[in-house]
Amino acid sequence: MKPFSYFCPATVDEAIQGYGEAQETRFIGGGTNLLDLMKMGVERPAHLIDIGRLPLMKISPHGDGVRIGALISNTDAANHELIRTRYPVLTEAILAGASPQLRNMATMGGNLLQRTRCYYFYDPSYQECNKRTPGSGCAAIDGYNRIHAVLGQSPQCIAVHPSDMCVALTALDAVVQVKGPHGERSINMTEFHRLPGDTPQVETNLQSGELITAIDLPSIPYGKQSHYLKIRDRHSYAFALVSVAVVLDADEDGTMRHVRIALGGVAHKPWRATKAEKALTGEKADKKTLRAAAEEELADAHGYEHNSFKIELAKRAIVRAVTTVVGGQQNG
Amino acid sequence: MDDQESKPALQVSRREFVEVAVVSGLAAGVPAAAQTPEIKPRIVNCTFTINKQKQELQIDPRVTLLDLLREHLKLTGTKKGCDHGQCGACTVLVDGRRINSCLTLAIMQNGREITTIEGLAAGSQLHPMQTAFIEHDGFQCGYCTPGQVCSAVALLDEVKAGAPSAVTPRMGEIRPIELSDDEIRERMSGNICRCGAYEGIVAAVREAAGRRRV
Repeated sequence: MKPFSYFCPATVDEAIQGYGEAQETRFIGGGTNLLDLMKMGVERPAHLIDIGRLPLMKISPHGDGVRIGALISNTDAANHELIRTRYPVLTEAILAGASPQLRNMATMGGNLLQRTRCYYFYDPSYQECNKRTPGSGCAAIDGYNRIHAVLGQSPQCIAVHPSDMCVALTALDAVVQVKGPHGERSINMTEFHRLPGDTPQVETNLQSGELITAIDLPSIPYGKQSHYLKIRDRHSYAFALVSVAVVLDADEDGTMRHVRIALGGVAHKPWRATKAEKALTGEKADKKTLRAAAEEELADAHGYEHNSFKIELAKRAIVRAVTTVVGGQQNG
Repeated sequence: MDDQESKPALQVSRREFVEVAVVSGLAAGVPAAAQTPEIKPRIVNCTFTINKQKQELQIDPRVTLLDLLREHLKLTGTKKGCDHGQCGACTVLVDGRRINSCLTLAIMQNGREITTIEGLAAGSQLHPMQTAFIEHDGFQCGYCTPGQVCSAVALLDEVKAGAPSAVTPRMGEIRPIELSDDEIRERMSGNICRCGAYEGIVAAVREAAGRRRV
């Protein structure tokens, strides 16, 4: 591992000042992804700022919603009474990811910033990776691409975002609070991550030196009518092939007044399924309507040699997840 | 004080000495402009409480908690399996919570209380979880076992505290956890056993949980 300087600030302002203009600085929270990438030589920071002691570890009511401090561990967020009782889909999604050990270490802010698990990105012995080395090409497009994207990808990158938590946050319309050298601002979850386009190395809309301080969840009176469905190669401790977060408000006769759907495992960012949402709002959740909405959402999907199965899988997952919630079988 | 405690953490193996020397050599040979300036503080002072013993150590910031335990403190009970957070063999308890010691820098745990497999027994009295693993053949080759046992010890505390898992029904309702075998399997899924001793592991955790009346 390349040598780095280490700084453990006590306040948010110290952390932001410490970051300065340095290109090769990284904030380290739980470290579960960054340290792994440093071992692989994918990340080579010259300066590490350990934000693990910053006072960003509270979950509290915020207006009608809830504010989650950026350094709350994934475990503590999933277990918290406010989250479990108001936003159980977030608990479900967090607990569907990683392992207890990793969730104890990983922070909420860090989960937002985890990098793709594309094998070619992770292994520098492959020269082609536009995310690792801009302009070098993409080894996955003609390589083994079973876990890769079917929506929103570009000829430069077909990697997917690996987080479960972020899929739930996207369906919940969470807002990411950040603070940087130029002050504080809010970024809507749907605007936080980016599609790859011609700059797959730029994964979020965070500016240099900006630190995530909190994640805000808006009030959603029907938040309990929700479900996170994750489909993967083994029952536990595996990344999603496809996942669906659903939060909806349905009448007793099954008519859906409000529908929020986000997909994981299919794109470079958590994919808000706005087309399916629109198609379902005001409709009854019968099989035909659901299938048509899923078809519409995936109409522009494009698969590769090994991942085309994800297109049909995503459609069926949407149908199943919505059916589960409308039928009152959700885990919330 | 025994010999190990008095040793600075860096003076350990020839391999590491060479690595440090090469890094310094490179730094000296590279023109100043190509270098990121001021990467100086190579060795830092840290204090840990490891298995109830306070340890003041000088460490390289790049050393993981796992390597600190194994290579510098010779606490080789904690195992290095994958070194990427995928197998759980390196599981230890930090302030009572289980983590993968391979995925944290030792320096990030400065001041914390660390319990390894060596710290679970009370003298010659094995921890109930260790006894249960022996009684139920919860291992074959034994390499993953220290991680499995540490993980299982934390699991019981998590269940006692009412923490849900991915298979907990109705997790939006706050209520006590019923530790079914499915719950045990899900909660132990961060620890891989390539011998496939899972049946014995589940039985061991089930019994240890019963002893604690979870």
